[in-house]
Amino acid sequence: MNRYLPWIAGAVLVALPFVYHSPYPLHILILVLIWSFAYTSWSIMGRFGLVSLGHGGFMGVGAYVTALLWNHAGLSPWIGIPIALVAAGVLALVVAWPCFRFRIVGHYFALVTLALSGIVLQVITATRDWTGGSLGYTPERYQGGSSIYALQFADKETWYLIALFVWAVGLAIWYAVDRSMIRYALEAISEDEDAAAAAGVNVTAEKLKITVLSAVMTAFSGALYCQYQMFISPDTVSGIAVSLQMVFAVVVGGIYVALGPTVGAVITILMAEGLRISFGTKAVGYDNLVYGVLLVVFIIFLPKGILGSLMEARWLRRSPPQRQVQPGPA
Amino acid sequence: MTAVLNVEGLVKRFGGFTAVNHVSFQMEQGEILGLIGPNGSGKSTIFNLLSGTLKPTAGSIRFRGHEIAGHSPHSIINGGIGRTFQIPRPFRRLSIFDNVALAGFYGQGRHSRSAAFEAAERALGLVGLPTDRHAMVDGLGAAGLKKLELAKALATGPQLLLADESLGGLDEHEMDQAADMLRAIRKELGITIIWVEHIMGVLMRVVDRVMVLDHGEKIAEGLPAEVAGDPRVIEVYLGTDATAVHAAATAARG
Repeated sequence: MNRYLPWIAGAVLVALPFVYHSPYPLHILILVLIWSFAYTSWSIMGRFGLVSLGHGGFMGVGAYVTALLWNHAGLSPWIGIPIALVAAGVLALVVAWPCFRFRIVGHYFALVTLALSGIVLQVITATRDWTGGSLGYTPERYQGGSSIYALQFADKETWYLIALFVWAVGLAIWYAVDRSMIRYALEAISEDEDAAAAAGVNVTAEKLKITVLSAVMTAFSGALYCQYQMFISPDTVSGIAVSLQMVFAVVVGGIYVALGPTVGAVITILMAEGLRISFGTKAVGYDNLVYGVLLVVFIIFLPKGILGSLMEARWLRRSPPQRQVQPGPA
Repeated sequence: MTAVLNVEGLVKRFGGFTAVNHVSFQMEQGEILGLIGPNGSGKSTIFNLLSGTLKPTAGSIRFRGHEIAGHSPHSIINGGIGRTFQIPRPFRRLSIFDNVALAGFYGQGRHSRSAAFEAAERALGLVGLPTDRHAMVDGLGAAGLKKLELAKALATGPQLLLADESLGGLDEHEMDQAADMLRAIRKELGITIIWVEHIMGVLMRVVDRVMVLDHGEKIAEGLPAEVAGDPRVIEVYLGTDATAVHAAATAARG
């Protein structure tokens, strides 16, 4: 039964929009899926102690580069998105290489990347003649409705299926990393960089690989968000608040488990929507306050997150206590 | 026979302090060299220079004909030097097997996962640790951690093994086992070993040659019996243990 569970769940998720057409719940589901993908992208490096507070910056690059190329250069998102991903990858290299080369780790790495979030937001705001500044930006509608060329779709069902597919690919990448040798290397690096190097690991190169992968995925989530919402503003896809929201969601959901970021996305988006509906405009920004408080609470009392702790509890009940190893005779 | 390792005029300064001062030595294929000296005499610094953890201020390190001074640690490890750390530095979030498999994968040019797993099984077998895939590091005692440290270094496929204080914290029986193990490894793999060790009695029985450091300078080098009888070595390092060490050194050489 357990073996088939992912397939059954997958089939239900795929079939959902064909039997259920209510637009608002579908909208919420699409947002959950897109943000789940963004959070998964963050956790791909975050789980190895590479805590980046700059991912809002990568998301902003993904969204704005795609939209700007469409509006100003007439480039289809099919070309614009790859360019945006390359731009995010290059930005990640420019920021991360010096950090890794000169061993800026832990809190200091978080601070450097925090600056990146702020800088991207400032650049978007300052170049308001092109980007619309803090008022936000809208990709031009293509001939009134849906178009594969423009990657614009009027109906929610299509977007739901796209977001579901991208979310599944994100999980597949998470598992691919989890099963590859790079996980060994990054776990080792997160514990002791010198000892990892003594095992033959090129510490800088391995950290750069995962950072660029994570940044490019995050930029893709930004582009996807832009194409779906058809409206982006510096505060919703870039900046420190978005970066912190990623950290919060992943920590709450579970940083070491594949579906942790997804659980985090469900919680953050339901909370934001709940606050918006119950308090309206009076509660603008309250979600950030709640995130901040809950982040502290979780780091202290439930560091493995909701899903991580649940899975651990289930695993402990099922498996016998861990065996102790007696070193054999030489 | 050509030298595997040729170190010339090696210098390392930290600010105004000279940790290693113009040290030169050579090593032949298959030789075990004991590196001894008081605390702070530069033994670990030499290891860190040879393995690339530190970059030398001056001097040349030629390993198998190639200059490696100042190269990055991972390229030196991949080039055929393996090292252990004085205090074992296992990766506690990985299983014992994965610790060694990691070294087998990244220490030998990342060829294939199956080759890495084979290297790990061989290395664990050589040091006498179980090849169970899931046993965790936390179950290991002091002797087990030393063995794991050695297995990690061996899994990188070294031609030259830098073994740092492998015996500290072990009881006498475990020490004898570890000393036998180093000799068996040399015999089995035909590799060259530099061994830093404070337990003189055991060291003198195992090594072919001894090099003595004091304040970053080489003060003696030669056969164990010669070095153990050297008045300067007795004065700076061996002290009152000199007679016992000399006895051990001469007994081993017949």
